[in-house]
Parts: sequence; C-alpha cells; structure tokens
Amino acid sequence: MNIIGLYNYWIVVVLMLIGFYIVIAHENLIKKLVGLTIFQTSVFFLYISMGKVAGATAPILDENYQIYSNPLPHVLILTAIVVGIATTALGLALVVRIYEAYGSIEENDIQVQDTHDRLECQLEAYGRQKPPTLFDQETN
Amino acid sequence: MLLSFLALTAIAITRMGDLFAVVMLSGIYSLLSASLFLDLDAVDVAFTEASVGAGISTLLFLATLKLVPRYEKKSRYKPALALGVVIVTGALLIYGTLDMPHFGDADAPVHQHVAPRYLNDSINEVGLPNVVTSVLASYRGYDTLGEVVVVFAAGIGVMSLLMVSQRTKARALTKVPADMQHQIILRIVAKMMLPLILIFALYVQFHGDYGPGGGFQAGVIFAAGIILYTMLFGLSLTQSVIKPVFVEMLTAFGVLLYSGVGIVCMILGGNYLDYDVLSHDPVHGQHLGILLIELGVGITVAAVMITLFFKFTWRTVKHKYNQ
Amino acid sequence: MTAHFPILQVIIPLFAAPLCLFLRIPRLVGVFAIFVSAAAFLISYGLLQEVITHGTISYKLGGWPAPWGIEYRIDTLNSFLLLLVSGVSTVVLLASLSSISRELPQNRHTYFYTAYLLCLTGLLGILATADAFNVFVFLEISSLSSYTIIAIGTDRRALAASYQYLIMGTIGATFILIGVGLMYMMTGTLNMYDLAERLPAVYKSKTVLSAFGFFIVGVCLKLALFPLHLWLPNAYAYAPSITTAFLAATSTKVAVYVLIRYIFSVFGIEFVDMSLPLGDIFLILGLVGIFVASISATFQLNIKRLFAYSSVAQIGYIILGLAIETQLGITATLLHLFNHALMKAALFLAIGAVFYRIGSAQLNHYAGLGKKMPLTMAAIVAGGLSLIGVPLTVGFVSKWYLVVALLDKGWWPVAVLVLLSSLIAVIYVWRVVEWVYFTPPRIITEEVKEAPLSQLIPIWMLVLANIYFGVDTRLTVGVSKLAAQSLFGVNL
Repeated sequence: MNIIGLYNYWIVVVLMLIGFYIVIAHENLIKKLVGLTIFQTSVFFLYISMGKVAGATAPILDENYQIYSNPLPHVLILTAIVVGIATTALGLALVVRIYEAYGSIEENDIQVQDTHDRLECQLEAYGRQKPPTLFDQETN
Repeated sequence: MLLSFLALTAIAITRMGDLFAVVMLSGIYSLLSASLFLDLDAVDVAFTEASVGAGISTLLFLATLKLVPRYEKKSRYKPALALGVVIVTGALLIYGTLDMPHFGDADAPVHQHVAPRYLNDSINEVGLPNVVTSVLASYRGYDTLGEVVVVFAAGIGVMSLLMVSQRTKARALTKVPADMQHQIILRIVAKMMLPLILIFALYVQFHGDYGPGGGFQAGVIFAAGIILYTMLFGLSLTQSVIKPVFVEMLTAFGVLLYSGVGIVCMILGGNYLDYDVLSHDPVHGQHLGILLIELGVGITVAAVMITLFFKFTWRTVKHKYNQ
Repeated sequence: MTAHFPILQVIIPLFAAPLCLFLRIPRLVGVFAIFVSAAAFLISYGLLQEVITHGTISYKLGGWPAPWGIEYRIDTLNSFLLLLVSGVSTVVLLASLSSISRELPQNRHTYFYTAYLLCLTGLLGILATADAFNVFVFLEISSLSSYTIIAIGTDRRALAASYQYLIMGTIGATFILIGVGLMYMMTGTLNMYDLAERLPAVYKSKTVLSAFGFFIVGVCLKLALFPLHLWLPNAYAYAPSITTAFLAATSTKVAVYVLIRYIFSVFGIEFVDMSLPLGDIFLILGLVGIFVASISATFQLNIKRLFAYSSVAQIGYIILGLAIETQLGITATLLHLFNHALMKAALFLAIGAVFYRIGSAQLNHYAGLGKKMPLTMAAIVAGGLSLIGVPLTVGFVSKWYLVVALLDKGWWPVAVLVLLSSLIAVIYVWRVVEWVYFTPPRIITEEVKEAPLSQLIPIWMLVLANIYFGVDTRLTVGVSKLAAQSLFGVNL
C-alpha cells in the first residue's frame, strides 16, 4: 500500500530532479531555462497531486456531484505558472542581450571573457610588477 | 501512463544538443503536463498550462532561437558536481515523501482544514459555481494581484532590455516583409480564424465564473490571436492597427484597474479588495469586483504577451537590418 | 485611515509603479518615485509607533478571516524592517536623479523607476505578509524587478550577472515553493500563525523536516549565505550604482527576515533544535563565509566588487547571531541588519557619486581623489570605519552586541575569530584609503570636481545616521530587543 500510495510522488520527484539537473549541469543558457521550466512544472505536479481526492471531480459546483478535489492548490499553481512564464520571458530577453554583447550563449565563454576583462584592468592598475593572483581567478 | 511519457520527454531533453528540438520537446512536455492536470481534476490549471506553457512559452523560446545559435556546444559539461547536488536534493525529497498522506486520500490534512469552507460556503459568500475562480479572485485575490504585478514586472524588464530605437524602426519598417508573406492558404485561414479566436478569448474571459477560464487564459488567447496575425501579415501592418505605445500603456492599465478596485473598496469602507462593499448586496458586490479584476488581469496579461512578442520580433528585424 | 496602514505602505508603490508608465517624462517620474517612497516611509514610521504602543496589528485582505484569506500582520520585527527598507529606498532615490541620468540612456529612466518601485513593493510585501504563499509571490515581484534594475545599465557584465542571479534566484524561489507545498500538505493551511499552531502536531513527520530543509536552502540562496553567494558579487558590481545601493541595503536583509520569521514564528525554535543541528551549520557557514569573503574582498580591484564581497562577509555576521539562538544573539542579528544597511547604502551611494564624476569604479582610478572629492571620500572612509567596527559608528554597536552574545553563550573562540576577522576588514578598507589618499594620480584629471549636492546630501544623511545610531542606540537597540523578546515570547 505504501508503495502504491506514494508512487505518483516519486515519479514527480524524478521529474523535478531531471529539470534541476539540466539547470545546474548545462552550460547553454537556453537549455538552462528549459530545465528551469521543467523543474517548475514538476513542482506544480506535487501541488496538484496533493489536491486530488479519489473519485472526486473538478471543483466546479454542480448538483450532480458530491465530492470535489481541493481547489486551493489549483489556485496556487495558476499563480505559479504565470510567475514561471514571467521568469522565462525575462530570462530569454537577457539571453538575447547576452548573445549580442558576448557573441555566445555558453556560460563558460562568457566567464572567460569576463575574466579576461578583469585581468586587463589589473594589468592597467599594477603594470607588470604584480601579476594577477591565483585567488582572483578562483573567485570569479 | 502519462507520467512515464513525461519522464521520457525530460530525459530526451537532457540528451539533445539541438536547441530547436529541445524547445519543441519542452512544448510537448507542457502539453503532456496539461493532460495530466486535467486527469487530476485541475481544469483551470490544465487550461493555463496548455496556453501558457505549451503556447506562449514555446513561442518565446522559438523567437529567441531565431536570434541565437541553434546548437548547444558539446563537451562543455561537468556533470559530477551537479549530479551530487541533484542526488542530495532527491534524497531529501524522497525522504520527505515517506510520511506524506497517500495520493487521493480524502482524509489528508489539506482536505480537512481550509479547503472545506471554499467548497461548502463559497456559493453563498461569493456566489460563483467555479470554486477556483472564487478562491483566485476573492479569498486569495491579493495573491492574484501579486501575480499580475509579476507579469507586469516581467513586461517592464523585457521592454527595458529589448528596446529598439525609433530610428531603426523607421528605417526597417518599410523593408521588412512578414515571414510568411506567401503562405496564401494560411493567410486566408488565419483571417477567418482571427475573429473566432478573439471571440473565444472574450468568452473565456467572461465565462470564467461558471466554467474553467478567466482573465489569464483569456489574455493569453487574445494575445495568441494578435500574434498569429502578426506572423502572417507582418509587424508593420499589425503595428499600424495596434500602436506599441498603446499596448505598453495597457499593461499598466490592467494593474491599475485591479489595484484600483481594491482602493475603491477601501474608500467605500471595506478592507482592501473586500468586494462586499461595492454594492448593496454582498454577493452582487463580489460579482462586480470579480468581473472588474478579471478584466484587469486579462488586459495586463494580453498586453504583456503582445508586447513580449513585438519586442522579440523587433529584435529579429533589427538583426536582419544590421546585416 | 490608520487602520489601513499595513496595506497602504505596500499598495502605494504598487499603484504608483504602473502610473510611471503614463507619466513618461523621466525627471517627473523620478520625483514622483521619491514622493511615493517617502509616503511609504512615513506610513511605516506610523506603523512602528502604533505597534510599540498598541501591539501587533492584523489586517484581513479582502475582508476574509485569516486562514481562508490572506492576512497582513505587523509586529515589532517587521515594522522595524519596513521602516529600514522604505527609509533607505527614499534616501537612495534622492540621489538617483542625477546618478541615473549619468549611467542610463534617457529612454530607460521610466522603466528603471517603474521596476524600482515594483522591487520596493515586493520587499515591503514580503515583510508585511503573514501568508506563506504570498511570500513567494512578492518574492518573485521583487526578484524579477531586481533582475531588471541590475541588467538595465550599459555594462555588458551586468547582463550575465543578472542572468546568473535569475537562475539562482528562481531555483531558490522554487525550493521555497516546494517547502511551502510540503508544509501545506501536512497542515492544510498557508497562514504562518495557523501553521505555527498546527505544525507541532506533525513535528515528527519526515515531510515537515524535508519542507524545512527546502525552505531554508531556498531562503539562504536568496540571502547569499556562503557558499550560495556566487550570484551576489557580480550582480552588485556591475549594476547601476543606485541599484547596488538599494539592493545591497535591502534585499538580502529581507531574506534574512524571512529566515528569522520562519525559524522562530512558524517552525519554532524547539522544532529546529530537535530536528537539525541548524545552529552548528549556521555557525560554521557564517564563520567560513566571513573569512573567505573578507579575504576575497582584499584582492578586488573593482571597489564595488570589493564591498560586495564585504556584504557576503557581513551576512556571515548576521547569520552568526542567529546561530547563537539566544535572545542576545537575535538582538545582535537585528542590529547588524539595520546597521549594515546604513553602512552599505552610504558606501555604495558614495561610490556612485565617484562614478558620476570619473565614470569608473576601478580603485586605480581613485588615485588622488582624496583632494578632488574630499567630502565623498570622507564618506567612504566613514563607511569603511563603520564596517570595521570602530567605536562611535554603528558597526561598533552591532559587533559589540554580537561579541557580548557570543561570550554570554560561552563561545569565546568564536568571539576571538570575529575580532580577528575585523582585522581583515581593516586590510581591505586600508587598500581603499591607500589608493585614495596616498597614491599619486597617474592620469591628470583636472576637471574632476566634488560630487553634486543632490548626491552629497543623501550620502551624508546616511553617514550621519551611521554616526548618530552609533552613539544614540536607544531606538535601534530598544526595538531590536523588543523584537527579539517577542520572537522568543511567542514560542516559550
């Protein structure tokens, strides 16, 4: 019983993890956003699943039905979906601008360019006497 | 089982390097999720996920892909640390599920405490058959206001990030044809569809009290109609009908309308967003309030979505023109 | 009218933000924003008075009673922070008129102010609400608008920083969403005080522990606790100066508030003690954070980055106060929240004023500015002294309370480490002083003048506040103590 009752949640957990993995493991900025979408959508399942009552119907009142699913998670997730698309839209706009500014949408390329910029500033400030320290590169 | 399809789609997304395919798959993922939501009795959520997740979101991703490279660089990819973090997170989640009430269990705390009042009393207190709308627009109307503000904030963000100067616009306007100029059949079908889409949007807008639907879904559908038109007939034609500045102001207007209703409630002696005071009869007041705020939601959402699309398209135009 | 104060201070900026789009004339929008923020400040001052004299205020949104509708609940703790956020926001806006016109193209000004007011709305909303899900919504309002005001500048690195912040911030928000969902699952309610009543029955549940874990990690991402701070230095360093001053002084503080609120008012300290060695975790992360971030700060050439790393270190001190888990510790945390906001706002505004004149935030371009911009530089030095914790500044007050709290708990080695870490602060502040006063300028910059009055006034208002609250601690210490008492009172 335990296994069957929780099976649904476990799949949802796996979905979340896949999304989360895409966000943190991939370097491509677009793919990260796709991962974020999947991650969030999977969290929505968590909410909607907990609102489900076995044998119930959608919470639109009608004389023919007695049991309804819980409407509150639905409301929360409606909000969360809209928040999600808002974040995605803003993220995509940033990606477009980043590509225009850096010529790449790979996180690594961008970091390399930023570090390069910083090293040039160091060079300007200290001349050749004090080369950039190891520490600076680590903490970029 | 739907969930397994979802898992397959998600895994396919991690493996693929072609972003175009990835985006398409994520659209499919959204659609599958929508059907799953439907299965779980969340009709409003399914409707929104289908229109927002599968529709607008995919569209925006595609619009972005027109501006950036299509393929992910391979081999730049350090999964060890990420895998570790994911496993820890997963372990915590699975651990958390162990004591959860079982799926579908009617005795779970969520069905015992707050929700019964919504299901039993909302018909007398708010007077709408769709309980989701009652909770969304009245009991938790303030959350919904916040959500509209989030959409507005995203709109402001995109407007400021993807600004196109008047000069580019003026120079480009005459020279950029619509991408699908020559698809005669599509154009004719679209012309016939457009009024239907817009009417459907209005139906969803005002019917949300009784069936699934409401401001969000209506706003998105309305925007989809306009976007379809733009794709087939070109930016310049659409923008001569709908001025971008006007749309930008509409994004603000929806928020103003929504929060304005709240302020009127305060002036009439109620708390913020307490629609009871809007009319002599509380239930009638609730009706009026919900109608107005749903309208505010619809306006802001539609206007923001249209603006987003305009901004991304202008960026494409600008790139073309600069080459 | 006073009955509506709890909601008014959030609604005024919320209503004003879309109005900005209709005003459209950049300068007008700026002035309008100042008035809006000032109104919020006055209201929160009224709220603080009200709370001190009459106790906690509850406000039912939509007229629905608490667990069914959303409630706003103002007590000493959040009214204190409301005052801080709206106050700092107003002062920062005063300086924005000239600073923004230097750093942003004119057609972006309206958007900037709109997003700024939205961010303010979000922060105030998080502070005032007593609803767990409402926190998420307002968190997203403030986050989305902060991504905007970070990326809106002309520096391309701001775009990448904003993107990174967006990803980490959204992961944090999603974790919070998971946490809230699991809490709701076990109790059936979203109201914080209702949660506090219902959680003890399920304290032993694994789900609640997991909920707590997700919530804490999510919030710690937002407040940039080491090692989740990676988004912060770049975001602060490359954003427009006004954004940096505002966010550095407010946004992480609000996240700390959420942390305190959940640990003490929702879950309750008993649960935390019972289930997780959270105090020890915070102690270690706080200490490591202080040292790593302070040492990183000493290597920075960009002065904004330098002080951004110092912000991460200060978060460490704030968390350390929480780790002590005594009333004195919380008092120290709250004091440091307030005081650090004052210091950082002053510092970043002063840096903004320098940027206004020389167009750079590189330390090597500061050479010789001691003579050219004496008042601005004096402000930076004063802020720096406050960061170190020199007597007669606010920094001294909060460090003093922190050390006293540590000794009271018997953690004298930690107290020694805190004092040692102040020495690192001496090093990085000294580096700034060295460039400013003791390095001959390499490029002759004749035309550099003192910062304009419109910026000097807000800067010095904050510097004087730094000194005033360093001497006269009645208000800050009094309110912090009251808030700490109420936090412990509720749960004992």
